[in-house]
Amino acid sequence: MNLIELSWWQLALAAALVLALAVATHLARLGVGRSLLVAALRTTVQLALVGFVLEALFSAATLGWVALMATVMLALAGREVIARQKRPLKGLWAPALGTLSMFVSAFAVTVLTLTVIVGPTPWYEPQYAIPLLGMMLGNTMTGVALGLDRLTDSVWRQRAVIESRLMLGERWQQAVGDARRDAIRSGMIPIINAMAAAGVVSLPGMMTGQILSGTAPALAVKYQILIMFTITAGTGFGTLAAVIAASRRLFDQRERLRLDRLAPPNA
Amino acid sequence: MAIEAAPDLESGSRPAASLVLRGLAVGPVGPLDLDVSAGEIVCLSGPSGAGKSRLLRAIADLDPHQGEVGLGDAGQQQMPGHRWRAQVMMLPAESQWWFDTVGEHFPAAPIDGLAALGLDAAAGGWEVARLSSGEKQRLALLRLLARRPQALLLDEPCANLDRKATGWVEALLRSRVRDARLPTLWVSHDPDQIARVADRHLCFDGGRLVVAR
Repeated sequence: MNLIELSWWQLALAAALVLALAVATHLARLGVGRSLLVAALRTTVQLALVGFVLEALFSAATLGWVALMATVMLALAGREVIARQKRPLKGLWAPALGTLSMFVSAFAVTVLTLTVIVGPTPWYEPQYAIPLLGMMLGNTMTGVALGLDRLTDSVWRQRAVIESRLMLGERWQQAVGDARRDAIRSGMIPIINAMAAAGVVSLPGMMTGQILSGTAPALAVKYQILIMFTITAGTGFGTLAAVIAASRRLFDQRERLRLDRLAPPNA
Repeated sequence: MAIEAAPDLESGSRPAASLVLRGLAVGPVGPLDLDVSAGEIVCLSGPSGAGKSRLLRAIADLDPHQGEVGLGDAGQQQMPGHRWRAQVMMLPAESQWWFDTVGEHFPAAPIDGLAALGLDAAAGGWEVARLSSGEKQRLALLRLLARRPQALLLDEPCANLDRKATGWVEALLRSRVRDARLPTLWVSHDPDQIARVADRHLCFDGGRLVVAR
C-alpha cells in the first residue's frame, strides 16, 4: 500500500479548476455558476464530515456503532426514495415500503456477502461493512425509487385502461400487470446497463479506487465483479418487493383501483 | 352447486337472475332501492353530474359505496371483486384499448356479432390506433358481450354513433338482453332511444330515481 499522500493545497488546485469553470459559465450567462459552486461546497463539507465519522467508526469498530451508522444510512436512503417520487403513496406507506424493501434486500445481501463470501473478522468490520452497505444502498435506492415512481405514475396515467380491464372481470394483478412489469424493468435497467458497460465503456469507481490505492488489478477486478453481482441482486430483489407491495396497496379488498391512496404531486 | 346444475344455453352458465339494489348510496346518489328483472331494460337519464356513471360504478363495485347489490341469490360482497364484475359487467362511455390489435382484447376468435354492427369480418386484425371512435364503441360492446356477462351496465353505449350504427347497436343489445335474459341498466340522453329500448325509464332527481313521465 503506497498511496501518494494528498495535501489540502493540492486539492485547492483542483478547486481552482472548478472556480475557473464557474467564472466561464458566468461569463457565458449559463446561469449555473451559483449552483455549481454550492454543489462543490456541499461535496467538500459532506465528504469531510463523512471522513470524520468513518475515522471515528473505524477506531470504535463495535457492532452497535456499525448498526447505528447502517440505520442512519437506511433512513436517509428511505427519505431519498420518497423525494424522487412524483406521486408517492399517502401516509406512512411510502417510507415504510421503500425502507422495508431496501432493508430486506440491501441489508440481507450485504450481511450475506460479509459473512459467507468475504468473511472479515469480525464480520461487521467497518472497513468492509460500511462501504459495501453504502454501495448496496445507493444502487438499491435508485432501483426502488425508479420502480415506485414509474409504477405510481403509469397507474395514474393509465387509470382508465386499468379500470376498463377491471370492468371486464379481470383480476387486479392482470389489470395492473403492464404497469407493474414496466416499473420493475425500469428499476432494474440501470444496473443491467452498468454491468454490460463495465470495463468497456466505464471503469467502475470502486475498482479504480482500489487500483489507485495499490491493490493488484486482478484482485480489484474480483472485488468489482463481486460488488456488481451483489448490487444487482440487491437492486433486483428490492425493486421487485417494493413494486409488488406498492401495486397491491393501489387496490383494496374488493380489487378496486384506489388512486385516492396516492398523494398529489409534490412538485 | 345447485346454481350450476341448470345451465342456460343462451347465457352460457347460469339461469337468468334479476339485479337487486338495496339502500345503495354513493356520493350524492341514493340511498336507492331498485329491482331490474331478468331480460328487462331500465333506462336511466338525468343531467350530467347527477351521478349516473357513479351509480353504475358502484353497482360494478368499482368505487366504495354503501348498501347492497345482488344478482339473484348472489351478493356482491360474497364473492371476490373480479368475479362479481365478470357477471355484472359495465360498458364505460369511453372505451379503452391496451393491446396493439383489436383481436387481442377478445377472449377467443372469431369475434361474434361483427356483421350485426356493420363491422368488417376482418376487424379482429385491425390496429387499435387506426380505429374511429364509432368503431371503438361498437367493438367495445362486442368485447364485453364476448365475455358472457349475466347483467349489463351500459353508460351511453351509442354516444359516438351515427343514426345507422345506433340502430344496429340497439337491435343487437335488445336481442342479447332478451335471449340471455340479462337485467340491464342503460344510461341514455336520447328520449327517442329511451322510447325505443326501455321497458322502464327512471330519471335522476336530486340523488333519487323517479319514474319518468
